[in-house]
Amino acid sequence: MANAYQIIVCGSLVPDPLQTLEPISTPGGPALKNELMLPAALDPWAGHALFEAANLAKQNPGSQVWLVSLGPKAKLQQLMMSVAQKAAFTFVPVEGNAGGFMSSVDCASALVKAIQGIAGLDMGRVLLFGGWESASRGAGSTLQLVGDALGIHDQFMGVDEIKVREDGSFTVLERVEGACHQESLCAGAPAVLGWATGNLPEPTNNPQVGMMNMRSIMPALQKAVKAEVGLDGVEYVSVSLPKQLRDTRIVKDMPTDEIAREIVEWIKK
Amino acid sequence: MEKILLLGFADQASSKLLAEGATVAANLAASLGCSWEVALIGEKVQEAANTLGGSGAAKFYGVEGEDFAFARYSSDLPAAEALLKESQATVILVPGSSRGNRVLSALAMRLGGRADTHITSVTAKEGKVLANRWFYRQRMEACFSRPQRPWVMGLEPGNVAPQTFSASSVQVQMLSVALPDAAKRTKVLGLKYPAGTAQTIRPDAKLLFVAGAGWTKKQADGQIHASEAEKAILDFLSKAQASLGSTKSLVDQSGEGNAVLSFMTHLNQVGQTGSTPRHSKGLATCCHGEEPHVVGWRFVTERRAVNTDANCGWARGKTDVLYVADAFEVMKKVNEILSA
Repeated sequence: MANAYQIIVCGSLVPDPLQTLEPISTPGGPALKNELMLPAALDPWAGHALFEAANLAKQNPGSQVWLVSLGPKAKLQQLMMSVAQKAAFTFVPVEGNAGGFMSSVDCASALVKAIQGIAGLDMGRVLLFGGWESASRGAGSTLQLVGDALGIHDQFMGVDEIKVREDGSFTVLERVEGACHQESLCAGAPAVLGWATGNLPEPTNNPQVGMMNMRSIMPALQKAVKAEVGLDGVEYVSVSLPKQLRDTRIVKDMPTDEIAREIVEWIKK
Repeated sequence: MEKILLLGFADQASSKLLAEGATVAANLAASLGCSWEVALIGEKVQEAANTLGGSGAAKFYGVEGEDFAFARYSSDLPAAEALLKESQATVILVPGSSRGNRVLSALAMRLGGRADTHITSVTAKEGKVLANRWFYRQRMEACFSRPQRPWVMGLEPGNVAPQTFSASSVQVQMLSVALPDAAKRTKVLGLKYPAGTAQTIRPDAKLLFVAGAGWTKKQADGQIHASEAEKAILDFLSKAQASLGSTKSLVDQSGEGNAVLSFMTHLNQVGQTGSTPRHSKGLATCCHGEEPHVVGWRFVTERRAVNTDANCGWARGKTDVLYVADAFEVMKKVNEILSA
């Protein structure tokens, strides 16, 4: 129990990456066309954070994992059908708008309230995990704000690795410029770790873990607190798709030598 | 009346970013008809401040010392907070390095303001500051303004051509920031580079070469040729001085026990969960060109792809030229020509 962590993973849903996204204007600000109908997935970097959290908890007996998610209740329920079998966690849902144009300050405020409501939280053991950026807003700000509001002043972003030492201190690798990592040694929890991809593959589905999770997920969803997440005063002048459709030249049946020559000429141009 | 502050770091990684930030700050100040200032954090800031001596900045502030030499949230944040309080600026431009992005949202919040990151342009229209940034991982772009001040903006690198400013000795107003022990719980140990000798990521290269999972799949003879793939790719990177990118599926293979390219790491990954590099040209090989991957190509200007499938994602308007061919053969020949 020396390093029994309380790992809180903040992560929500984003539109499935394979979907075509189209912005529309609504009275509540910009949104996605048919947003509620779009298939959703767990935010990829938050997913890595969840898998790393589960792995860390496994290596440190006595540790617990919570997944705190903001989103429409029905979509969160759908999301849990795929996520619940991946890792053991206690689900803390917050009902609210998880769209990319919504305010990270409002979002952070809702998450802080939800985290502070977790019974038996010991800040000296807390590791706050999440994706370093989302695939929706992509600002890398929510986790930072949540951490600061909770009084956690050791924050790491773009994390690919955490290695815990026996004394409770840990080293962290963060992505920095120049295709390398910055290595830091932190005295111990509490800390914020915004994950990049980490090093773990996506876990295979485990039906037993899913059954165990679902027992707490459904009651938690029924009791999900509503949060007001809005634009925070931001005035959007325009939201548009990039006009970058190219007129692709498809080259078939060209001899390899000729293709190679053309590529080299292009590179050298 | 707005007051603009360029907040940056005086470290090796930041000199180009500072010049870009100063260019944006000078242009915005000229549009708004207001002054702008510079604030720097680092072990020593005077030299970096001098490089912006001829930039037109009205005043320079600094926080320096050993505690501020390295990127660390718990020391960078109080330093930045002290500088902003001293400057009383309303619009703060922060070159978007990993160091800057790590603190700027909390910084704005502590001062009652707001922050926006990955800003690709800042303009002024009728006295109003407007910012542009991408949403949904480079899939749509928005222009917006916000009422809160201070407004801290993290500037996405590579969006402006940095002006060359004449250097001159400037007077820096140094602020003293004492860190409590609680702010020293983290010690930066240094930088770690990926294992192996091959330098595969070159952010300043003209060409991005992207390898997809096809390189490690069974080829026409029913066999996997991972070692040949490695040789062809490394040869090409060396000869063309290109930077190597990869699809998620290829880098994930190392964790899933499949055939792998030994030099490939998650740092190479381009796309939805990878990087969005800025290169003038990009050559994709053995990858399908589906949307999650191609969002990472948003800022690659000229694009070509080699794929055996004429109906792959690249064919749907995502590349300028799609060569329907075997990348093993093509790259072998390309390497021969480059060697000649």
